[in-house]
Amino acid sequence: MSDLPLIQADRAVPPPAATTSKGGRRRRLRLLSRTDRVVITLMVLVPLLLVTGFVWLPAVATVLLSGTNWDGIGPLNEIEFVGARNYSDVVNIYPPFVPAVQHNLLWLAALFVVATPFGMFLAVLLDKELRGSRFYQTALYLPVVLSLALIGFVWQLLYSRDQGLINAVFGSNIDWYGDSNVNIWAVMVASGWRHVGYIMLLYLAGLKGVDPSLREAAAVDGASESRAFFRVVFPVMRPINIIVLVVTVIESLRAFDLVWVVNKGRNGLELISALVTQNVVGEASRIGFGSALATIMLVVSLVFITIYLATVMRENRE
Amino acid sequence: MSTATATRRTEGEADAPGRRRKLTPLRLLLHGFLIVVSLTWLFPIAWAVLTSLRSYEYTAANGYVSFGGWTIDNYVTAWQTAEFGKHFLNSVYITVPAVLLTLFLASCVAFVIARFSWKLNLVLLGVFTAANLLPQQALLIPLFRLFTEVPLPEFMSDSELLYDSYWGLILINVAFQCGFCVFVLSNYMKALPRDLYEAAMVDGASIWRQYWQVTMPLCRPALAALATLEVTWIYNEFFWATVLMRTGDKFPVTSSLNNLRGEFFTDNNLVSAGSVLVAIPTLVIFFMLQRHFVRGLTLGASKG
Repeated sequence: MSDLPLIQADRAVPPPAATTSKGGRRRRLRLLSRTDRVVITLMVLVPLLLVTGFVWLPAVATVLLSGTNWDGIGPLNEIEFVGARNYSDVVNIYPPFVPAVQHNLLWLAALFVVATPFGMFLAVLLDKELRGSRFYQTALYLPVVLSLALIGFVWQLLYSRDQGLINAVFGSNIDWYGDSNVNIWAVMVASGWRHVGYIMLLYLAGLKGVDPSLREAAAVDGASESRAFFRVVFPVMRPINIIVLVVTVIESLRAFDLVWVVNKGRNGLELISALVTQNVVGEASRIGFGSALATIMLVVSLVFITIYLATVMRENRE
Repeated sequence: MSTATATRRTEGEADAPGRRRKLTPLRLLLHGFLIVVSLTWLFPIAWAVLTSLRSYEYTAANGYVSFGGWTIDNYVTAWQTAEFGKHFLNSVYITVPAVLLTLFLASCVAFVIARFSWKLNLVLLGVFTAANLLPQQALLIPLFRLFTEVPLPEFMSDSELLYDSYWGLILINVAFQCGFCVFVLSNYMKALPRDLYEAAMVDGASIWRQYWQVTMPLCRPALAALATLEVTWIYNEFFWATVLMRTGDKFPVTSSLNNLRGEFFTDNNLVSAGSVLVAIPTLVIFFMLQRHFVRGLTLGASKG
């Protein structure tokens, strides 16, 4: 149990804030020497500056740049604001945009409808502590330690048209990574392969945190195992469910490495993340235009990050 | 309640030995299913290892579904043509400082958040945690520009810029990973008994001593789990190295694979040998520190 401080930690000890009155806090502050106060400030300020400078300010700058026509070369004072023109260009005159949105949604659907329930199902089976469950677990989350870029290479050995295993076994002649009709499915299988193990791990942790007396009560009441799971265990795991949902959404939004190693996100593998990258590091550096794409990603992810933070913060305060 | 406990105990005693022996058809089915799934999951990795151990000539002549042509030449060739030694070293230059710095800075913030109850704590925690969940590509444009503007002295980077330097990659990895570690460590630290600090204050320990000599030793399990996880993540990091590096020689090994594919592309046996070589460090860490690795992942239950 002590393995899982995420959900449990703060319940072990009553939160100190509740017991400290305002006066007490002020007294404690005065107890701090000047050096102490300098140390505290530095301990917070240095990391804060780093995260602000390298993450938050760039995020804000992306939003600002999305309203300009900057080409990335000219001086900053020649930047012109063009309002929402970049956004309308993205939607109207940029052919890869619509497929990219479709692919991102498809990616989300595949992870959410297939990989996530399957991972949860495996977690429920492995939670029974069968003999050999350590082997099963290890096998299932082994892909999680590999990078997605590497996974792209490993699966190429199965997918390659001339040297791949699938075509050799089935006598087919499909270029799984190259054919724009099938390659999105091929990379999603590889991505799901990794996702299942990760989700299984999260749910396994979640299931261990469920109070065993709840299940016993359900068993005593004569509920079948699946009924007990859906009516009792699953609702109790609500925080884990929300975390898994958010992780899945963010992961499918951030999907990048796999398609980039296959063909840099072209020819059937368009994703928003890849389009942003193409617009910046490619030959054409269309800053304003790329920023509009990036802002779309940012806004979508912030919605889910907020849900996530609200969930974990509430869990921690309880 | 007491009856429930009693039933559980008798049930448990009667059941536990019996359950093992009683292999009902349902249980057999369950094991069969899990074995099939596990082997399916291991298969792509096993296939990569198998392919890497066979000569290209043999598999070209007999097809991949055949038996024979065993050799380790692919590893030798991959190591030499791809200069893996150099790229592994690049990964070390980036990963080791980045992980140490991330843990140090994150534990500082986490300590302040856990030790004091100020109103801004929640905001601070949010600022760090959310930063870790943003899509990297959404920050790329300003960062790319910033990196090409910030000069570095020549002894630090031969590009004389933050762009295309190890420093730049270390900084961006630290900034990005800090949030996850702050979140996990602050939770962990909040669970430490408050009396410790009161005792330390009575002894006249400064804040720094309370952090370094009281809190940090107690956080060893969490730090170990996070270190394991961060090493694999930063080692596996692909995006920042791809976009913020230019010189192929300086790429860490994960990103270098893509650069080197051109040399390999007709020879899947070489591709697989290269993939296995890149995977070895993470697999070694995983098998040696599996407990830490798994604990780390579930500790945060947040990482995308």
